[in-house]
This record gives sequence, structure tokens and C-alpha cells, in this order.
Amino acid sequence: MIAHAIFFYIFSIIAVVSAVMVTVSKNTVHSVFFLILDFISISCLFIMIGAEFLGMIMLIVYVGAVAVLFLFVVMMLNVAQQKNQWFISKENSNHIPIGLLISVIIFFELIIVIGGWKFKPDLFDKANLSIVNDVSNTHSLGMVLYTDYIHIFQISGMILLIAMIGAIVLTFRQREGVKKQSYIKQISRERAEGVEVVEVASNRGVKIDD
Amino acid sequence: MIDIGLGHYLTLGAVIFSIGIIGIFLNRKNIIVILMSIELILLAVNINLVSFSMYLGDLTGQVFTLFILTVAAAEAAIGLAIIVVYYRNSGTIRVEEIDKLKG
Repeated sequence: MIAHAIFFYIFSIIAVVSAVMVTVSKNTVHSVFFLILDFISISCLFIMIGAEFLGMIMLIVYVGAVAVLFLFVVMMLNVAQQKNQWFISKENSNHIPIGLLISVIIFFELIIVIGGWKFKPDLFDKANLSIVNDVSNTHSLGMVLYTDYIHIFQISGMILLIAMIGAIVLTFRQREGVKKQSYIKQISRERAEGVEVVEVASNRGVKIDD
Repeated sequence: MIDIGLGHYLTLGAVIFSIGIIGIFLNRKNIIVILMSIELILLAVNINLVSFSMYLGDLTGQVFTLFILTVAAAEAAIGLAIIVVYYRNSGTIRVEEIDKLKG
């Protein structure tokens, strides 16, 4: 129990500090790295709490795909000249105290909700437990994911497909002056347009245009 | 303090959620950090769902977390594609200068 507490505090402190660093760090690349650190520590928490499949999926999806996507976009865009403008805006605006106020209010609302949860811990009856202890977490998720939630699973696959097509369509552009191989043109070429028999006059040679 | 329960995980989720909202409001730099703050908010929601799922003994929260992961990945891909297209067209992604719609 003590080890659980120690590891929980270590990982949660790392997660909170790196979440703060994501928002306040001046370099965008550094904030992407802190985002990766945040995801890694939260997935360690997931593995610790017993949801090991979700922890591994978080590692694969976020650290492997989304963070690399962010890094690529930071690399492609020129964000280096925008470094030193933290908290400085062109005209005076009062969005900073309003933002702080709103986030503090939301934080205390969430804390109040958690307190209410602690006051009435027997809100749900634990009679219909669907977590069985003799199979692993991945096994039980797989059993429920492909039977009860199969339609939602397929819809999420469709969402991913649409996102992929949308990203490709948005960023695709036709470049000028790029020579491409066209199979149709190559195959449909005939002798009449490829070869020409020229009568060569003596002492003149053949002039090749184009 | 020593006995880690549901409340600790929920508090961690609340803290990360609030940090994400602060990041959205305070950022004047570029829009990529705002997208990262949205990822932080989704991560906090995932923490809440997984901890409730584990403490209540109901697998539905974890299944829901999987779908939130899917939607978050799709949202990041589409958002970054839109940012790339905008940067190609107008040459800036500063939040203050994105005012084409005069909003």
C-alpha cells in the first residue's frame, strides 16, 4: 500500500509539473516533449491502477503517433521567430485574469463534485460487477469490445478513416513543374506519333526540333 | 494520505483539466500549444473515466476511454492539417493574427 502511494505521488507530481511546463514553456518543441512525458506518466498510473491495456494503448497512440505528428508539424512550420512573445499582446486585453478565474472556478467545482462523491460512496451497488478477476484486463476488454460495443467500435474506425482522408485532402497540393510517369500515355503511344521517316538530303543533315 | 483511493485520481484529473483550460486561455504564442492543451483536457477526462471504471468495477469506462482516444487522435490529425494549410496560405499561425473571419 505504501509503495502504491509512493508511486502514485511520484507519477502524479511528474504529470502535473509537465502539464504546467507544456503551457508555459517558450519553445514549442519543449512543450511537445513535456506532453510526451505527461502521457508516459499517466500511462504508468493507468498500468498501476490495473488498466494495463489502456496504458499501453496510450503509449502507442499518443507517444508513438500523436506526439510525432505534433513534432512534424512544429518542424514544418516556422515557429522559431514567435518565441519571446509570451504573455505579450498587441492591444490591452483582459483575457488573462478572466481565464485564470474561469479555470480556478472549474477546478473548485470539480473538487466539490469529488467531495460529494466521498460523502456518498455507496451510490452504485456493486452487485453487477462486470470486471472478473480471473482473466486479465486485456482479455476482459476484448470480450466486451467485440461483442457489446462492436457497432461503436466500427464507427470509431470510420472516424479514423474519415480523419485520414480529410487530412490528406486538406494538405494535398498539386505542384507545378513536376514530371510524372503516365502509364496511359506510355501504353497508348503508337508508331505513327513516335517514329518519323525522314528523307535526308545530302550535305544538309537532319534538323531536330524540340 | 497513504491510502490512495478514488479521490486522489479524481483530484489529479481535476488539476490537469484546469491546467489545460489555463493553457487555452493564456496562450498568445501559437495555436499548436492550444491543441496540446486540448489533448491535456482529454487526458484528464481519460483519467477520470479509467479511475471510476477501476474503482466501480465496470468496464464501460475503459471502453469509453478507447473511443475518446480515437476521437482525440482524429482531432489532432485534422487540426494539425488545418494549421498546416493556414500557415501555407497566410504565413503565420500567431493566435492574434488569425483574424480573417473578423470575429
